Amino acid sequence: MLAYLIRRLFAAAVMLVVIVMVVFGIFFLVPKWAGVDIASSFVGKQADPAAVEAVRQKLGLSDPIYSQVWEFFKGIFAGRTYSGGGDVTHCAAPCFGYSFRSEQAVWPVLTDRFPVTLGLALGAAVLWLVFGVSAGVLSALKRGTIWDRGAMVVALAGVSLPIYFTGLLSLAIFAFGLHWLDAQYVPLDQSFGGWFGGMILPWITLAFLYAAMYARITRATMLEILGEDYIRTARAKGLKEQVVIGKHAMRSTMTPILTMLGMDLGALIGGAILTESTFNLPGLGRAVLDAIKNQDLPIILGVTLITSLAVLLANLVVDILYAVIDPRVRLT
Amino acid sequence: MTELSKSGAALGEPTSGSAAPTSFLEVRDLKVHFPTDDGLVKSVDGLSFKLEKGKTLGIVGESGSGKSVTSLGIMGLHTAGQYGKRKAQISGEIWLDGTELLSADPDHVRKLRGREMAMIFQDPLSALHPYYTIGQQIVEAYRIHHDVSKKAAKKRAVEMLDRVGIPQPDKRIDSYPHEFSGGMRQRAMIAMSLVNNPELLIADEPTTALDVTVQAQILDLIRDLQTEFGSAVIIITHDLGVVAELADDILVMYGGRCIERGPAEKVFYEPRHPYTWGLLGSMPRLDREQQERLIPVKGSPPSLINIPSGCAFNPRCPYADVPKDNVTRTVRPELTEVGSHHWAACHMTQEQRERIWTEEIAPKL
Amino acid sequence: MSEDKAVTIPARSEGATTLTKDAAPGETLLKVTGLQKHFPIKKGLFQRQVGAVHAVDGLDFEVKSGETLGVVGESGCGKSTMGRLITRLLEPTAGKVEFEGKDITHLGVGGMRPLRRDVQMIFQDPYSSLNPRHTIGTIISAPFKLQGVTPPGGIRAEVQRLLSVVGLNPEHYNRYPHEFSGGQRQRIGIARALALNPKLVVADEPVSALDVSIQAQVVNLLDDLQQELGLTYVIIAHDLSVVRHVSDRIAVMYLGKIVELADRESLYRAPMHPYTKALMSAVPIPDPRRKNTKSDRILLKGDVPSPISPPSGCRFHTRCWKATEICKTTEPALIELKPGQQVACHHPENFEDQAPQDTVLLTVAKEAAELVADEVLAESAETSAAVAAEVAEVAAEVTVAEEAAESSESPKGESQESTDK
Repeated sequence: MLAYLIRRLFAAAVMLVVIVMVVFGIFFLVPKWAGVDIASSFVGKQADPAAVEAVRQKLGLSDPIYSQVWEFFKGIFAGRTYSGGGDVTHCAAPCFGYSFRSEQAVWPVLTDRFPVTLGLALGAAVLWLVFGVSAGVLSALKRGTIWDRGAMVVALAGVSLPIYFTGLLSLAIFAFGLHWLDAQYVPLDQSFGGWFGGMILPWITLAFLYAAMYARITRATMLEILGEDYIRTARAKGLKEQVVIGKHAMRSTMTPILTMLGMDLGALIGGAILTESTFNLPGLGRAVLDAIKNQDLPIILGVTLITSLAVLLANLVVDILYAVIDPRVRLT
Repeated sequence: MTELSKSGAALGEPTSGSAAPTSFLEVRDLKVHFPTDDGLVKSVDGLSFKLEKGKTLGIVGESGSGKSVTSLGIMGLHTAGQYGKRKAQISGEIWLDGTELLSADPDHVRKLRGREMAMIFQDPLSALHPYYTIGQQIVEAYRIHHDVSKKAAKKRAVEMLDRVGIPQPDKRIDSYPHEFSGGMRQRAMIAMSLVNNPELLIADEPTTALDVTVQAQILDLIRDLQTEFGSAVIIITHDLGVVAELADDILVMYGGRCIERGPAEKVFYEPRHPYTWGLLGSMPRLDREQQERLIPVKGSPPSLINIPSGCAFNPRCPYADVPKDNVTRTVRPELTEVGSHHWAACHMTQEQRERIWTEEIAPKL
Repeated sequence: MSEDKAVTIPARSEGATTLTKDAAPGETLLKVTGLQKHFPIKKGLFQRQVGAVHAVDGLDFEVKSGETLGVVGESGCGKSTMGRLITRLLEPTAGKVEFEGKDITHLGVGGMRPLRRDVQMIFQDPYSSLNPRHTIGTIISAPFKLQGVTPPGGIRAEVQRLLSVVGLNPEHYNRYPHEFSGGQRQRIGIARALALNPKLVVADEPVSALDVSIQAQVVNLLDDLQQELGLTYVIIAHDLSVVRHVSDRIAVMYLGKIVELADRESLYRAPMHPYTKALMSAVPIPDPRRKNTKSDRILLKGDVPSPISPPSGCRFHTRCWKATEICKTTEPALIELKPGQQVACHHPENFEDQAPQDTVLLTVAKEAAELVADEVLAESAETSAAVAAEVAEVAAEVTVAEEAAESSESPKGESQESTDK
């Protein structure tokens, strides 16, 4: 178990380093090959060559790629000072880079934005688990009936309708039409009620999409499990149907759902770009979207790293939980 | 045995009489049909038999003969795993110790399951829940029917594991099914089904998934336990060797019906149905001199959606034309008494069958 | 369609597939020496190999042209792995496989191609071994296409001929596997295996997924095909009665080794290896009159040990009622004790003891003997000094019943007396 954890964490660290190098490769090498000068793009159009050269110096863009990567990693632990052309900018540890476009260090941006996204993802996850899984179970138990068909039609709609459609629709109805809810994001530390009210619609919109997927997976898994011999054994013991379903069948059904949940949460923490944009939430997704528009490479790099870390950790947690649920799985 | 077959009604003609029977288990005209997209699957189509405590009935048949569905029907598990609209249809009567199960309150039948009647399944690996320990599963089975503490139930589970021959039961009780070998798993399954001292034990192909040396251990165990507990046992199998080892009576099923039934010796030594002859002829035997050639049954088992008219066996029967007027293809033969406590459903006359068996079949086996 | 009549083979088109001249009946077709297959087990931080499943652990045998070699054993004995090794679906870890005198142990895919015509395999599960999306015409003609062979008269005519050979209706050429029953599907599998006129057919549990009445049809079909086409079979099965019925010679496997290899009659009349004897006695006999006479059954204690760390010496010593110290320390070689009967045992049944000096039973053997009927023990005593000593001791104990209570149990169990190290 411990050896397993160490191996997984080690693998995760290696993975992160590789990701950093790939992202560096993409953002620093590709423009070079494409003949685009990054330094001049930082400075703006018609920049005078001296200013461009200063920026290049400051960012270390003329250094070889490996030393750029090295500087980046050193910055995470030791902080980093950018200097060039007399202009000095300090970025305290942990320094995940410095955005010259928005003139701020990347780390505070990440720490500001992360809670918004995390709140969105976790809240939505609770909703979709409750509704998706129960809809899936009911649908499986009532297979072929009007309930099942109805639920699956709704699920199909949920999977196929894009977030911006359901999101805008709900905004139009509940926020602007009925004025039930505020469409404004309020940080949690300012007012819990305000935060909660502002998050309800994003949660529901996001959960609708995922609940639909979870309902379908749950239904399919449940149907498969219900055909298993050990479910028949449970009945043959004289167990009540509720116990057969709620205990014996549910425990097996949870395994694939848990796997999906880990993946989905990990990916969502990387930014629910569409949801955050639709509801104007200042989360990581919005940050990265803006950064892409502005070619703000340090931010993109930072968000990418956070996302990768989230996905890797989520997977690790899932694997460990998996071993807890299913005794046949050995973590070796 | 003597009780078993006194009245012809018990085996042959379906009775509609609703009087509670005197036998421990009596099945009357049981039908289990499953609606499917392709049509109605008549898995069991009119089956009647009786069984007394302390006796073993062997139900023999090939896949699709309805033998497993019969056992599920008795246990009330024929609808298990079926949800929504298409439910299995069951009719007839199943009397267990004076209670008619099909008309009884489902919750009452549920309470009988596991306590009065228990079941052992073919593949113990898939029949045990992979996520719970052997102990948890046995304790659960005990506590459904007994209001005792977990500790007391665990003590009982250890006793049962010990009884079925699992070494170090107090340690092994915390193992998961996948940590057991196939034979040990089947022992644990048996311990679980016997934990409530059921009066009826149904074993559905209990040794088919096991190796032959392990099979011998398990058959021995089942036999010993029956002597000890005095329960009625139904053993369902395709293996005539297994049935010969355990059963007092044998019921041969074909196409959802009983085609021959009688004491084991009669069915093996004086079989009176061509299908039983076919089964005996198909089987290579270790206890005899090498046969030159097996005598298989031609063709394949019938579809349970379109069971052949007349005698269900007629398309595969080498003697289908022995009775006159094409009767084998038009009239379904009923079980008739062919000897003491021995019934068979065939249109051929007693004399014809006796002659064919003694002159044509028996010498080649 | 699936009538059980002796098949008459429709005329085979001249020179369709014969590449090399056939080995004359009785000549060695396949020779296996020291065959091993170990599957590595990896573990730990760096996925180091920490052990291996000794699936097949040193096999030596020959298959003669025209004969049927049956291979029996319980699950985990390595019989299926052996089948895959000799058809080269698996790469052996060590040892040598020779086919018609040619070493095929390490031939690559290309090198094996011509051989794939001569060596064919029939699988257990007729449901999963046929591609459900292909018609049976396509399935049976695949070998021709793969080998680039066009039989005279065309592929279709040849496939239809094969269908009638295995007792199927040639007009069903365009049907799909799901339209056939299990027995018919197994016939399709056989037709596919026969397409290129192979010399050796390896059948892994060819009838165990089939119903009893259908089993007999397929067994008879295999029989007929062998007679008509002069095929050589290696038939792997767990069912001893089926193996006895189809085989000329039989190899009994236990934990990756052959423990006994003998012609059918000798094996069934007078098995020499205790495991063979136990295995045969365990088969339920379809005779209700024997129900109450279970005396000659030998129940084996416990389960087959793990092939990851097989027992030292003779692998059966942990469950054998005749095991002595030598069985624990020295692995018995597979030697021909009687003409046509090779056995790997120090204390064989029905034959002179190979290690008569070793007369102290292991503790485990005493435990195992408790499950063995007295008649069997008495029989064993005739050929094993150890069992004879034990039987004599028990007899002596009975006479001195009372005072022996303590002394009889403890000292013997340790068995340091063994003379053979």
